Amino acid sequence: MTADAPAIEVVDLRKVYPGGVRALDGLTFTVGTGELFALLGPNGAGKSTTVRILVTLTRPDSGRARVAGHDVEAEPQAVRRAIGYVAQHSAVDREATGRENLLLQGRLYHLPGRRLRARVEELLTSLGLGDAADRVARGYSGGMRRRLDIAMGIVHEPRVLFLDEPTTGLDPESRAALWRDLTDLRRRTGLTVLLTTHYLEEADALADRVAIVDRGRVVASGTPAALKAELGGDTVVLDVGAGVAAAVAHLLAGAPQVLEARAVGGSVHVRVADGARALPALMALVAGAPYEVRSATLSRPSLDEVYLHHTGRAFAQADAAGQDGGEGA
Amino acid sequence: MTALSDTWYMLVRLLRATWRQPVWVVVELVQPFMWLVLYGQLFGRVTEIPGFGARSYIQFLTPGVAVMTSLFGSAWAGIGLIEDLDRGVLDRLLTTPASRAAIVLARVLHSGTAGAVQTAIIVLVGTAMGARIAAGAAGAALLLAVAVLLGGGFAAASNGLALLVRREETFIAVLNFVTLPLTFLSASLMSTALMPAWMRAASRLNPVNWAVEAARAAFSPPAAWGAAVGDVALLAAFLAAASAFATWAFAAYRRSA
Ligand SMILES: Nc1ncnc2c1ncn2[C@@H]1O[C@H](COP(=O)(O)OP(=O)(O)OP(=O)(O)O)[C@@H](O)[C@H]1O
Ligand SMILES: [Mg+2]
Repeated sequence: MTADAPAIEVVDLRKVYPGGVRALDGLTFTVGTGELFALLGPNGAGKSTTVRILVTLTRPDSGRARVAGHDVEAEPQAVRRAIGYVAQHSAVDREATGRENLLLQGRLYHLPGRRLRARVEELLTSLGLGDAADRVARGYSGGMRRRLDIAMGIVHEPRVLFLDEPTTGLDPESRAALWRDLTDLRRRTGLTVLLTTHYLEEADALADRVAIVDRGRVVASGTPAALKAELGGDTVVLDVGAGVAAAVAHLLAGAPQVLEARAVGGSVHVRVADGARALPALMALVAGAPYEVRSATLSRPSLDEVYLHHTGRAFAQADAAGQDGGEGA
Repeated sequence: MTALSDTWYMLVRLLRATWRQPVWVVVELVQPFMWLVLYGQLFGRVTEIPGFGARSYIQFLTPGVAVMTSLFGSAWAGIGLIEDLDRGVLDRLLTTPASRAAIVLARVLHSGTAGAVQTAIIVLVGTAMGARIAAGAAGAALLLAVAVLLGGGFAAASNGLALLVRREETFIAVLNFVTLPLTFLSASLMSTALMPAWMRAASRLNPVNWAVEAARAAFSPPAAWGAAVGDVALLAAFLAAASAFATWAFAAYRRSA
């Protein structure tokens, strides 16, 4: 693998599960060596499916994927040697202690005994599992198990790390600690990270680049700043009530200073070039219709706005819809 | 080489988990003892039935119970794999470069280890109750080989079944459906000479019965071992077939992921 070859290369992946669920529908993205790349998307978008293909657990119907310079289907064993994987749901052996879990994981990567033991010790301490290291994991809290999962993902110092929703189920303190550890680890080792998340602020804070995935396709990608800048302008959110939001959106979409107006639940999200200047005019327009504006907020575009722009749905809404129609089990 | 060390580390994990369930260990150790006493008392007088063949029932029963125990222990081997599957442990192992074969092999060896310990206990208890292994250590070694071949075969088949059904309830139903009939369609507790003709015919196709006959030969003087050669060969073939089935089920599991 040459130095500037991408760490992860995904081209036109497609996957239909038995039963007809189209999980991936032409997914394409590239992650450079040393980057932290976030896949952002609602439930059922295809994030886990993508990760499972990249870690050699699932086969795509078509398309191709390379990790650390190796094709996942043609050279799975070479891919496995290069990666670490933290699955969406904890995969700790509950009948073994934290230390035993880590030692076995390291053995399977054929780390020599002495180095492995030192490494395990270091991880247990840095992830705050030192006191629980020799207790059987059955008695761990959810957050402790999650930290053990993460330790198992990095015990062998992989070149490419896959984290499928690593912070789900962590308290804010553990989440902050994990963010810090990840940043640290990347600075020290030049690790490439692919992370999936539901948290817009997590992608915003951690990722060099983000891809927004919806229904098995990348609908937008770039640095968080570029994605927001691409949108341009400010967002005015007017709370008008669910009954009239659509009508208000329609009304405002026709106004000259409005770039885009969408009804989202009981609110209308209005994108304008200069929010402070446009706000009074928008309020007047709505009041004259006449509709009542309950509240108005003005913000710089967030990833949420980016998401809305590209999918036509607010993030929270799409997420809830995915939950209803998605996995179920 | 790494396949061997992978198997070893995974085997250690399984043995340690077993060891951490003391109640299970005690039950597994006491159970064969219970079989010997219970069946010994219950069926002790069947030797008086004309045509039964053997004169001492404990001599007849000890190899039978050794095989039964090996069957019951190994047939359940797949249940742990279903748990690993549910908990995501199997997927985690599959994303490491660890040998794929080691994952199933470790489980087969795990139930083989348990089976060997149980067989040793049965032989000790049976001997204390009056059974005799005519050929001594050689006979005991043959018995152990039979228990390992049968146990390995059923453990492999059980793991294959686990990967196909993937649900605990289904797995348990299938097991219950299979293990008891296999026991009764063998000479474990009752001489095949006293079976109806159709049962005797069926028992000839039953790996459990091959094992019982070979185990019984192991208790006899070496002069009588000749009859067991065919059974041991069949058992080896059974183990090979069960391993092939497990390998196939594993590939099917990976394809369906
Ligand atoms: N093993 C499977 N069999 C059948 N359908 C599946 C399977 N795994 C996932 N799916 C379906 O594929 C789609 C994508 O699922 P996937 O788990 O990749 O989404 P996700 O983005 O990770 O969602 P979440 O945020 O809920 O984890 C969903 O509709 C899901 O129901
Ligand atoms: Mg997921």
